[in-house]
Amino acid sequence: MRDDMPRADARAAAVPSAAAQAQASRTRRQAEVVAALSEALPPAAILFRHEDTVPYECDALTAYRASPLVVVIPETETQVVAILRICHRLGVPVIARGAGTGLSGGVTPHLEGLVLSLAKFNTILAIDAAACTAAVQCGVRNLAISEAAAPYGLYYAPDPSSQIACTIGGNVAENSGGVHCLKYGMTLHNVLRVRGYLIDGEPVEFGSRALDAAGLDLLPVIVGSEGMLAVTIEVTVKLIPKPQLARCIMASFDDIESAGAAVASVIAQGIIPAGLELMDKAMTAAVEAFVQADYDLDAAAILLCESDGTELEVAEEIARMEQVLGAAGASRMEVSRDETQRQRFWSGRKNAFPASGGISPDYMCMDSTIPRKRLAEMLRAIEQMQGKYGLRCVNVFHAGDGNLHPLILFDADVPDEMRRCELFGADILETSVHLGGTVTGEHGVGVEKLNSMCVQFSPAERAQFLAVKQAFDPLELLNPGKVIPTLHRCAEYGKMHVHRGMLPFADLPRF
Amino acid sequence: MDRLDPALARLIDRVMLARANRVAVEIRGGGTKHFYGGAPTGEPLPVAGLAGISSYEPTELVVTVRAGTPLTELEAALDERGQCLPFEPPRFAPGGTVGGMVAAGLSGPARATVGAVRDHVLGLTLLNGRGEVLTFGGQVAKNVAGYDVSRLIVGSLGILGVICEVSLKVLPINRATATLCFDWEESRALEQMRRWASQPLPVNASAWHDGRLHLRLAGAAAAVSAARGQLGGDVVAPEAALIWWHSVRDQAQEFFALSESQLAAGECLWRLSLPPTATPVKLPGRQFIEWHGAQRWWRTAADAREVREAAAQAGGHATRLRGAGKSEAVFSPVSEALMRIHRELKRAFDPVGIFNPGRLYAEL
Repeated sequence: MRDDMPRADARAAAVPSAAAQAQASRTRRQAEVVAALSEALPPAAILFRHEDTVPYECDALTAYRASPLVVVIPETETQVVAILRICHRLGVPVIARGAGTGLSGGVTPHLEGLVLSLAKFNTILAIDAAACTAAVQCGVRNLAISEAAAPYGLYYAPDPSSQIACTIGGNVAENSGGVHCLKYGMTLHNVLRVRGYLIDGEPVEFGSRALDAAGLDLLPVIVGSEGMLAVTIEVTVKLIPKPQLARCIMASFDDIESAGAAVASVIAQGIIPAGLELMDKAMTAAVEAFVQADYDLDAAAILLCESDGTELEVAEEIARMEQVLGAAGASRMEVSRDETQRQRFWSGRKNAFPASGGISPDYMCMDSTIPRKRLAEMLRAIEQMQGKYGLRCVNVFHAGDGNLHPLILFDADVPDEMRRCELFGADILETSVHLGGTVTGEHGVGVEKLNSMCVQFSPAERAQFLAVKQAFDPLELLNPGKVIPTLHRCAEYGKMHVHRGMLPFADLPRF
Repeated sequence: MDRLDPALARLIDRVMLARANRVAVEIRGGGTKHFYGGAPTGEPLPVAGLAGISSYEPTELVVTVRAGTPLTELEAALDERGQCLPFEPPRFAPGGTVGGMVAAGLSGPARATVGAVRDHVLGLTLLNGRGEVLTFGGQVAKNVAGYDVSRLIVGSLGILGVICEVSLKVLPINRATATLCFDWEESRALEQMRRWASQPLPVNASAWHDGRLHLRLAGAAAAVSAARGQLGGDVVAPEAALIWWHSVRDQAQEFFALSESQLAAGECLWRLSLPPTATPVKLPGRQFIEWHGAQRWWRTAADAREVREAAAQAGGHATRLRGAGKSEAVFSPVSEALMRIHRELKRAFDPVGIFNPGRLYAEL
């Protein structure tokens, strides 16, 4: 046994209170798990002292924290298998973690669980330029794939805003999107194969290097499963030819309605822009202060509409876009002359989150999706909610696919603001479901949106989700407690499930 | 007041009865893909009554349609608004339904470029083996709430439940297309298809057969015409090209037609799904290549083991699309770990095992 191992007996003996007893039992459990892990891992790969595990207490949604029993940082697949077998045998929950950039608490630790850091699996295994694929380990950063593919004129299309830091394993877990998924799809559409392990350490492969695989198509279930079905170790992604160039139109609108209508018009004209983003006035002001990119501060909304492809293609498409946006009532339009200017147009949009941090001590980012045609309606509803909850909200939308990122500004040090912020957020999500949308477009459910899942899904649908989980993980040890709310939780939350689909009353207005 | 759709109510009753009596049912749309997968068994459960387009909003690029709706009806409605199903699902015969398209999960010539049926399914309503009507996904393109069950159903051949309604992402019809022809032998054609696919060219589909490569360009008019100039080859007249690609999509070409006597003689139609860079596969018989090399059809009398081995060696799998007798497995086997998950998923959706038994794998 290592010298620095937790000593259950010594700590437990001194204090008799209930809390202390719980602590003692936790320490005993910790000692048991650490001892078992020590058989398989070098000491440096096992963290259990509080000061060492603090960095793993949360992801980018820092409002939700928990202290894990133990954190392990394996370097080989043999070690991963050993860890999984130990956890499976001892019944220890396993939370696989990449870079921790997630926004929904998807890797919030379990108090009795192990955090499996996969940070060391960061090798790009192969770039196959002829097949247009890259095989990479799960801990490889999203942007690193495109950088490695660049010499071949290829890139990996999904570009979440955290792409310099987030890992492909995390992208697979969340089915991450980005500003270009209107044209190029989400992670699922750009992944061919995921190799990893089930909770009992058994190796498993979903998808293949071909375009499909035999049997049920399990890849879409794995992608976006938030680490609850299997542990991803290696991913084969699709690479696509880098467009020769991209140009962007920055269009101002005097009112939100015409900006929303302009988005619908672009699509109606048969144009699929490479990116189509909207920022409202408050957001524009915040980012202008942050990046000084000459945004139109008088506009009620700004649209960024991008075209990519060959020079001729882009010229043709930009002309059509200008015409459509003009007809939709754009009060000002500017087309990027060159790459520098295009980057400047985007600089504010890409810095929306940090810019919000600049104008408020804290912010919470929402992520629902609604049908495009209801953008203006949604913005009006959010405006009213600002009064109702006494908090400000700035808005940036992936307007092209109706994916909203309202950023609710609050100060965690002011009593009650955090609570009001959560209510505000839940209101936005539930309004989105009422408008025919979904509570999460690309950030995942994690722990943050568990309550809202009660609104979006019926008890039978939630039970079916749970049955899917159990088909992969019968003991429910992989990231338990995420994504699927318990019946009890939904009962306590007490909001009505919004009927969707073909059941009776699906078309009855609910508010 | 109960406004449950009467056709859906009947389906629920049938499922509850089948469940109570532990009787297998064969879910049936238009019956145009009856030949696909293991031999159907059980009492027919027709879904044709559950038909019609529930909602279609061209500016949302989404259509929601009931499973029994004829595919031709859906495509006509989309065409009227200048949109389409870009993955070009095969229509083996008139009368195929949208539900059948989703259950089979087969995609046509443009698949390598635009994605498969699965990639365009946004949401789906399923009647499971407990008689529960469940809706997963939705009508928006970006949606990660809960596991992506709607896409799991695509290609499941009805073994997990009855598809009732599906929301599909649709796209504008390409503004311009052009088809070019090249007389090249297999390895040169394979190499060229890969080279083009890795360049920023508006390549939409490719097909090689019998020494001739067809390449379809599609996209913005300027890009298509520039690529046409750059790539050379013989230009196929637009009407002829349209008919030709339809015949590939629907497997109406002579290559795909196996007569009763050919079937009886042991000839089969195999679909090999391979990494596109796989070198030429050596089997006796004739070949038709699509998807820039990722889908290779073989008409061969070679035995199943030989075909599957060839596919596995090339890094893919093989499906026997057509063949006489149904005694042999249609699909390549999956690993024991995956089969365990298959069995558990089957049980999770269809606890008593009433839906389309044996259609995907004998034990499911």
